[in-house]
Amino acid sequence: MLDIIQGPWHWAVSGLLISGVMFALLYAGKEFGVSANLRTMCSMAGAGKHADFFKIDWKAQRWNLLFVGGAVIGGFLATTFLTNPEPVAISSATENWLTTLSIDTPSSGEQGGGYVPHELFSLTEMGWKQLAFLLVGGFLIGFGTRWAGGCTSGHAISGLSNLQVPSLVAVVGFFIGGLLMTWLVLPALLGIYV
Amino acid sequence: MRTLIYLLIGVVFGIVMTKSEAVSWFRIQEMFRFESFHMYGIIGTAVVTGIIGVALSKRMGWKTIDGDSLKLNPKDFTVPRYLLGGTIFGLGWAMTGACPGPMFTLLGQGIWTIGLVILAATAGTYVYGVLRPRLPH
Repeated sequence: MLDIIQGPWHWAVSGLLISGVMFALLYAGKEFGVSANLRTMCSMAGAGKHADFFKIDWKAQRWNLLFVGGAVIGGFLATTFLTNPEPVAISSATENWLTTLSIDTPSSGEQGGGYVPHELFSLTEMGWKQLAFLLVGGFLIGFGTRWAGGCTSGHAISGLSNLQVPSLVAVVGFFIGGLLMTWLVLPALLGIYV
Repeated sequence: MRTLIYLLIGVVFGIVMTKSEAVSWFRIQEMFRFESFHMYGIIGTAVVTGIIGVALSKRMGWKTIDGDSLKLNPKDFTVPRYLLGGTIFGLGWAMTGACPGPMFTLLGQGIWTIGLVILAATAGTYVYGVLRPRLPH
């Protein structure tokens, strides 16, 4: 039984549980939307002095900060007690592509194992290039989600579940940006980086 | 007591994000390269069951635990903010392999450098808030 839980979960089980999370929050009278927390964090830090957008009662958003705190704990619990014995089994086509970019694949041993590429995320390999990469990527996420009014949870899951056209437009945008990055920008960037 | 429930739902979310491998940069690249069904299966299942559940909730008049109607507020329809903002978010998503939920879950996994992504994302939200009056919506 434990091996089934420790291995990667089937996409259908995972997808069902994600909509379960959404309905649990709806039942509690809340909306599933993780990126709203970034606005709350700005408000808590006093950003309301600089922009009206942050003049919100952040205390009303405490539930969502707790949710995110839970997401941190969940990550810890899942990797500590339900450690996947196998590396992430991505398709061989993607592995070949990564190899042409000189990025170690998850199955290429000690260094490549884990959920993220060590070339970009390892603390020991952190230089100014990695630093700039992560800061620019993060900035795009924070700026983009707030402009679009939501991220994957708010638009792709909640919004599409409620058949909201704005969310469909946002998801189209997510894919325009994602495809541009994966097919054009990332290969060029990694050429400089690795 | 209610606060603990939110924490608990978050814990479940973090575990699902990890075990589904949706937190993996590799899985996100694979998705945007259309080389596996995995991520589409996850999002697709969540959306299809979500659509069915939301439709049922409206038909049957499901209420929250406090007896209110479910919080399913439709958004005003415009295009620029969703398309432009969405595209910028998509660039960041594919670059770091993380969206706002998985960012926090990766931190819990001990990927400390994701903290830089979280900090920068908060800064990005701040800059949006300041520029907001001058951006098309």
